[in-house]
Amino acid sequence: MTPVDELTAIELRDRIAAGQISSVEATQAALDRISRLDSTIGAFLVVFGDRALQVARDVDRRIATRQPVGPLAGVPLAVKDVMCTSFGATTCGSRMLQDFHCPSDATVIRKLLAADAVILGKTNMDEFAMGSSTETSGLRRTVNPWDRSRVPGGSSGGSAAAVAARLCSAALGSDTGGSIRQPASFCGVVGLKPTYGRVSRYGLVAYGSSLDQIGPLTQTVADAAILMNVIAGHDPADSTSVNEQVAPVDNYLQKLDEPVEGLRVGVTPSFNAGAEPAVQQAVNSAIDIYRGAGAEIVEIDMPHLDYAIAAYYVIATAEASSNLARYDGVHYGYRTPDPQDYIEVYTKSREEAFGKEVKRRIMLGTYALSSGYYDAYYLKALKVRNLIRGDFVRAFEQCDAICMPVAPTTAFRIGEKVDDPLKMYLSDIYTIAVNLAGIPGISVPCGFDDAGLPIGLQILTPAFSEAKLLRVARMYEARTDWHTRRPAIGG
Amino acid sequence: MSELSYKVIVGLEIHVQLNTRTKMFCGCALSFGEEANSRVCPVCLGLPGALPVMNRQAVEHAFLAAMALNCRVAEFTKWDRKSYYYPDLPKNYQISQYDLPLGGPGYIEIPLEDGTTKRIRIRRVHLEEDAGKNVHTAGNYSQVDLNRAGTPLLEIVTEPDMNSPEQVRALAVELQRIVRYLGISEADMQKGHMRFEPNVNLVIERAGQQFTTPIAEVKNLNSFRALERSVAYEIRRQLDDFLETGRTMQTGNKSTRGWDDAREATVLQREKEEAHDYRYFPDPDLVPVTTTAQWLDEVRAKLCELPLQRQVRYVREYGLSDYDAGVLTADRSTADFFEQAVRDAGDPKRVCNLLTQVGLKLANERGRDLPGLGLRPNDVAELAGMVSTGTVSASAANTLLGAMVETGKKPGVLAQELNLVQKSDAGELEAIIDQILAANPTAVADVTSGGKKSRKARGFLLGRVMQKTKGQANPKVAAEILDRKLS
Repeated sequence: MTPVDELTAIELRDRIAAGQISSVEATQAALDRISRLDSTIGAFLVVFGDRALQVARDVDRRIATRQPVGPLAGVPLAVKDVMCTSFGATTCGSRMLQDFHCPSDATVIRKLLAADAVILGKTNMDEFAMGSSTETSGLRRTVNPWDRSRVPGGSSGGSAAAVAARLCSAALGSDTGGSIRQPASFCGVVGLKPTYGRVSRYGLVAYGSSLDQIGPLTQTVADAAILMNVIAGHDPADSTSVNEQVAPVDNYLQKLDEPVEGLRVGVTPSFNAGAEPAVQQAVNSAIDIYRGAGAEIVEIDMPHLDYAIAAYYVIATAEASSNLARYDGVHYGYRTPDPQDYIEVYTKSREEAFGKEVKRRIMLGTYALSSGYYDAYYLKALKVRNLIRGDFVRAFEQCDAICMPVAPTTAFRIGEKVDDPLKMYLSDIYTIAVNLAGIPGISVPCGFDDAGLPIGLQILTPAFSEAKLLRVARMYEARTDWHTRRPAIGG
Repeated sequence: MSELSYKVIVGLEIHVQLNTRTKMFCGCALSFGEEANSRVCPVCLGLPGALPVMNRQAVEHAFLAAMALNCRVAEFTKWDRKSYYYPDLPKNYQISQYDLPLGGPGYIEIPLEDGTTKRIRIRRVHLEEDAGKNVHTAGNYSQVDLNRAGTPLLEIVTEPDMNSPEQVRALAVELQRIVRYLGISEADMQKGHMRFEPNVNLVIERAGQQFTTPIAEVKNLNSFRALERSVAYEIRRQLDDFLETGRTMQTGNKSTRGWDDAREATVLQREKEEAHDYRYFPDPDLVPVTTTAQWLDEVRAKLCELPLQRQVRYVREYGLSDYDAGVLTADRSTADFFEQAVRDAGDPKRVCNLLTQVGLKLANERGRDLPGLGLRPNDVAELAGMVSTGTVSASAANTLLGAMVETGKKPGVLAQELNLVQKSDAGELEAIIDQILAANPTAVADVTSGGKKSRKARGFLLGRVMQKTKGQANPKVAAEILDRKLS
């Protein structure tokens, strides 16, 4: 037994604070697991061993001398390599940024460091967060700790796999169309996508700016709550982060264990019918748990969800085509070795350093924004987005939370969908509408299929109601033990 | 050859650099002449993960300009990305405003040479960020300096309402005065604070038929002279081209031209208007701006009488020449100083003469504005009063103004110290004149004889009086006494 292996982030934090375990011990245990297991899992792109131990020593020294420490003091964490760090490279899983070093830290990184967390390293991801399997990473392959022939999901596959394999106590990911929730579901961990505007995007390398949001991937709902306590809040450097006078940040841990009185759970049986039987079954069982806990189950109608994928792949790719224009070989990042003129600097650098999926999405988005097509694609997609928002607003008049699958399937095989983009895109069916609506969503483990692969339950609540979302999730977690199961990976 | 007449049609796009403390979307200070890439941060470098934050001061400056240009100020305005690839544009998109500019239709009055004014319609006013600069001095590669990247630019687009190079220049000069008055831009041409892009073409009438020549847009002009001359050149060129080829405006045959300062000619850059697709879409990193009545009222409170209105008023109210009124109203601080001096009971024309003949010259020599000389308006008013009462001569007053700048002393004190107080005491002057008349009988005889030499001799005698009094005799009083004695 080692500290990261057996303990949740909160348990570890409490023991470190009580002096029962040192942060150095915990950090070293995590580093040992990484060096022993990550050569097969492939969760990390970089590990900051010395730096992590140095922070751990500092935390231990301050605890020993009874100086105040932050709420994550000494806990070893991982962050998806899409968040800027002033230490190490920030690659976004792309050859384009393989050697790119940021001058400063993302706001969430500053907050983690201010909370005295130990950042172990940065995790693998689909290139520029474009993908649902982490297979589009230009730098490394990550496998699912439950079955190494399967994908961990994506794009935050590295973070999900790292938490599932207990290579770290918890991790941060980012979610544009399901990139936290879907890998959480595939890897059997908790993944929370906060409300758009709840967590600062400053220093999060943009994919779809109006959809991107950073959130935690953790072993338990309580761990997600404590990470939210650290990373949520207004940031003057991000104009789209919400003013706390408008939407106050709660202490997400405070009432976490109090069940929501008179809970009404919204369900969408016809929409769920697209999922595999095992997934449907697990979700239905989860709904039964809520019913058993006294919740009223309400069938809701979401007429526009069918259009979510189409709208998403127009809006996200349009924004991406613009966001990724800056990677041109001129200012930083990869530059083609022998350009004949500046046009070749652009064309060859981008051709050589971007992967297929990134190029595909840039082309899709460029097309959608082109003159003559803007109204038919981008503008129409924005209208669909509004309709979907309206669906959720109406649904939340009838219920407090919506339960549905996270993904139509459990983790699929490596290579199974990578050459069929449309199939891959369709696996985002349950997660994407949430980003379009901007509301928070969480994935909690809710069972396993016949192959022993984890299944996630997705719970959604209205914008800025993360406190309620976490409580509803905790109600389920408290009545089940799925979250305690761990993959057999040795060590 | 048949009779031919033509009308010149010019519309203008103007970029004005605002004098905000920081750049449009980040905290970097505005830059001119600093070491390359020394005024940059992750935001204006367009680094991954960096996000823009709107500069409220820039928006307020832009609102003020829109109000001064009689534009409708938008209640709701937003930011759009304009995409194109160029090395000086770090994000490869520019944050600009597309379909909802912050200022809608308006107009500007420009002065014409005949003393009247003309109204030129403004199509729109919007804000955007400037690009950096490509530098081509390193040999076989180019370098990029991003100090200027992110500098707030106000773009003003007029309707094609100007009909001569002179009108185009008048608009540019008037706009410079306005933005300086409003205090929103230094509008320093040398520093590239104003850049012009005229769109020029001609409507030609020949044998009862009308022809329109293809529009030429001249890019990136940064002086009034180049602006005026490029338009004049385009008129000649388009006329010649029409006579030679008969070419008229078609869709897609608008050309883009540059100005060659040495050759004083426009040079073709792009023959056909490229189907530029900027793929505008709303910038998801910025929130739209919703204006409140209270906010706009606060901005409107900073509006002031505009230079042309002031100039016209000076002619009407103070009886100044249009030229002098123009000089005094060229910038707000000079005009404010002038009006303060006039309010302190200075005679407007005398104050005007002191300021235009000496004050502005000294300020210019010292590289300052008029208030920067340290003069007090009421001292200048007092000095003007001393000229009116004959205490000092007009030329002595000019000397005194210079001395006031040097020493900071009051004009009365300086007039005494420098012996510039005129002798107007009739008795004293009479004694001196008697002596001079006695000493110069020939001249006296010449005057009294009333012949050809009379005027010259009188001048000679008056000169002797001024000489004897070291220039302090009041010439008017001295002449009266002299004439009385010689009549």
